[in-house]
Amino acid sequence: MSLAAGASVRFDDVYKSFDDTVVLAGVSLDVEPGEIFALLGPSGSGKTTMLRLLAGFEQLDRGCLLIADEAVEHLPPARRGVGMLFQSYALFPHLSVAENVAFGLKVRGGGRGDVQARVAEMLELVRLGGFEARRIAELSGGQQQRVALARALAPRPRVLLLDEPLSNLDPALREETRIDLRHTVKQTGITTVLVTHEQEEAFELGERIGLLNDGRLEQVAAPAELYQDPASRFVATFVGRCSVLPGVVEARGAGDALEVRIGSQRAPQVWSCQGGGGIEAGDRVDVCVRPEALEIEALELAPGAKTGLRGEIEVERYTGSSSFYTVRLTAPSDGFGAAADSVSVEVAMPGAAAGLSGACVVRPAAQEPPPRVFPAGSTGAGS
Amino acid sequence: MPWLVLAFLVWLVGYPLLVVAAEAFGIGGPDADGPTTEAFRSFFTRADEWNAMWRTLWISVLSTLAAAAVGVPLGFLFERNEIPGRRLLGALVALPVALPPLVGVIAFLFLYGESGLAARGLQTVGLDVSWRLTGAWAILLVHAYSMYVYFYLFTRAGLSGQDGAAIEAAQSLGASRSQILFRVTLPRLRPALAGATLLTFMTSLGSFSAPYIFGGGFRVMTTQIVASKLNGELRMAYVETTMLALLAFGSLLLLRRIDPGLDLASGARGTPPARRRLQTQRARVAAAAGGWVLAGVLLLPHATLILMSLVPPNTWTVEAFPPVLGLVNYGDLLSSAERLRPALNSLWMAAAATLAAIVVGVAAARLSLRRGGLPGRALEAMMTLPWAIPGTVFALALAAAMSVNAPWVGRFVLVGTLWILPLAYLVRSLPLTGRSIFAGMRQLDPRLEEAAASLGAGALRTVVQIVLPLLRPAVIAGAGLAFITMLGDFVTSIVLYTYDTRPISIEIQSSLRIQETGIAAAYGVLLMVLSAAAFIAWDDRSGGRL
Repeated sequence: MSLAAGASVRFDDVYKSFDDTVVLAGVSLDVEPGEIFALLGPSGSGKTTMLRLLAGFEQLDRGCLLIADEAVEHLPPARRGVGMLFQSYALFPHLSVAENVAFGLKVRGGGRGDVQARVAEMLELVRLGGFEARRIAELSGGQQQRVALARALAPRPRVLLLDEPLSNLDPALREETRIDLRHTVKQTGITTVLVTHEQEEAFELGERIGLLNDGRLEQVAAPAELYQDPASRFVATFVGRCSVLPGVVEARGAGDALEVRIGSQRAPQVWSCQGGGGIEAGDRVDVCVRPEALEIEALELAPGAKTGLRGEIEVERYTGSSSFYTVRLTAPSDGFGAAADSVSVEVAMPGAAAGLSGACVVRPAAQEPPPRVFPAGSTGAGS
Repeated sequence: MPWLVLAFLVWLVGYPLLVVAAEAFGIGGPDADGPTTEAFRSFFTRADEWNAMWRTLWISVLSTLAAAAVGVPLGFLFERNEIPGRRLLGALVALPVALPPLVGVIAFLFLYGESGLAARGLQTVGLDVSWRLTGAWAILLVHAYSMYVYFYLFTRAGLSGQDGAAIEAAQSLGASRSQILFRVTLPRLRPALAGATLLTFMTSLGSFSAPYIFGGGFRVMTTQIVASKLNGELRMAYVETTMLALLAFGSLLLLRRIDPGLDLASGARGTPPARRRLQTQRARVAAAAGGWVLAGVLLLPHATLILMSLVPPNTWTVEAFPPVLGLVNYGDLLSSAERLRPALNSLWMAAAATLAAIVVGVAAARLSLRRGGLPGRALEAMMTLPWAIPGTVFALALAAAMSVNAPWVGRFVLVGTLWILPLAYLVRSLPLTGRSIFAGMRQLDPRLEEAAASLGAGALRTVVQIVLPLLRPAVIAGAGLAFITMLGDFVTSIVLYTYDTRPISIEIQSSLRIQETGIAAAYGVLLMVLSAAAFIAWDDRSGGRL
């Protein structure tokens, strides 16, 4: 197997607008050689534009784009050494599987024997040996995706771009294809940038993830860090499930430690949280808490329970490994504004269905990391 | 690049129209004495001019109504009923769409003309009737005969796209058959009927062959323009041309306004209702017989044309049926280089125009759809414009623009040369190839071109290896239609032909004038066969998109 050499990729203060809409507002990013990097974000956040800029299908307004330390923003797509797997696969329907894979090799003037050998090698890599003569229409969605991958890799590009690579597949096929895709890409050692709006896909494929929002990178981190140590309220709520509770900082402890008052004035709860610099005692804050970082207890089982926010269980969802409870907090709104009156939190209880209902109390689970705190009303990292 | 293609199209399509309008006002050209509105004042004060405008309008309205009266019921008959031989009969009924207008016109002449087969037949059985196939009613008859196909095809397409569940829903709500027809089926057929109305009305507005052959003293705008030109009244011909262009454009805007193109799709595609099976054997036989008689009546003119082509010169005088039949006319036609020349002219000019229209169409569609913006919209508009403007207008416009040597303003003397007719054919082919290629290009995933680019292919390779092979059905469909139309063109040819470039249609007209009906019919059959062959071949290769 001849491996494609990985090349570094750099976006340096890149700006891009379409008409009056700013799509990328000064994005800087470094992708290491051989790394699988996932761009994650909601629709319209600019992630596909980043990919298309890198491929050369769009021209940037300002900034620099480098592949292997070479500025490429003025090069046409054909000369960038970038392979792309399109969301729709964009396979040429009038060509056979082998002709599709050979297209980029023939364009480069490869000899017949070399082209045939490389096509065979690539089809073996994606486990489609023997499919050379098939028409594209005769293939399943998963097979088409693999042909598209083989076609993109055949000319030995320096960088591989994957645009929502699994979105056209049945949910049942996605998991299997995801593992396959990661395995194939790692085998070639090629630098890979993938775009997805699905967290699960980004987490499973990406070694690092860049989370985009409104044309800015909110956070660039490994999946675990992104989940456990979100840089902003947006990151906390976009990645994984998260409830947001209004609170007021009581005191600042050592490092990032904060004591935050939550709930009503009459029965306040003080939770130990974590928050960045710039948050001081007396500040209003948003407390972001994961479902698994809370525990729930039925009130009738603990009538004397003093700690915890009181609430009513509205919905119970059992997913097999856990039960999820949506709890509407019943604290009167005498201290934290109207928002406190209509706050719901989600709590996860691992194991078999607990079958709780009615009134309950909710409090932080002792063994989980403390909830993260962000200035009240903030969205992005820069706000 | 988009600007270059746009500049070429503006020069070819838009510029001649401007030149003819300017010369109508006495601006530019060899007889420039303007700006003056004298010719327009003269146009508005002459009764024959007003008559021609008015006749053009009402003939078009009545032709549309007559075509609808024949085509819509036929569409319902073949789409909603399971009658024996439905597929073959249904295809035969649509056949006139593939035949050049002039062929239909002379076939009518031979069958229903003053001394045509029908008149002779009736006289033989003792009915001493005589009529003259001339004037408004003759034109209307020919129009209805040749244009019902638009309504027929649009009605069938509209019905086949309707969801049978809507009819079943109406039935379950207690609606009667007539209520279902008027409240469910016809309202949902409106877009199809509006499309057919637009097509028929605009075709009728620009119709030339029928008014020219059957009109006699009854002139419409197209024949009035040609008459003015032949009489040497060039300025008046330009005024008439400008007025007809405005009339056509105004009609197009009005018809589009009347039907805003409401989207009547319910969202769910569904399947069309099952065809009604005739219950009794007698009903089935009667329906089949009726269908064949109908097809026979519709195809009778063309059968007559074939018969006439087999009548040797000077052998048919007073008999009801030709006493002698043979292949003499075909022998004449094929053995003489001079006689064969119009056929070869038509073939090469139609082929050259079609090829050029494909190249321009692919370039314009790709640039228009990929780049968008103002040049994109302008490119598409320039490609579509010749559809809305009658052929006579373009012929006159090109004749005006390309008869002056002024290269610095984009005018060259092309009239009288080999190039003017293929160029005129190209203009008229543009909307035919363009519509099909634009539609094909819109369906093409733009990511395919990006995929080719990311794999290292340049623009030319991408077009040749990816775009063109995938566009093939659309290109073939548009090119087929353009080729067939240009093969039988009469309306532009009569204004722009030279002796060396005379096409089949002009030769048919010349033969008719010198009473060589057999030769004229043989040319007509040749045109019919070439068109039918092209139609069948292309329909096959384009996957039935023609």
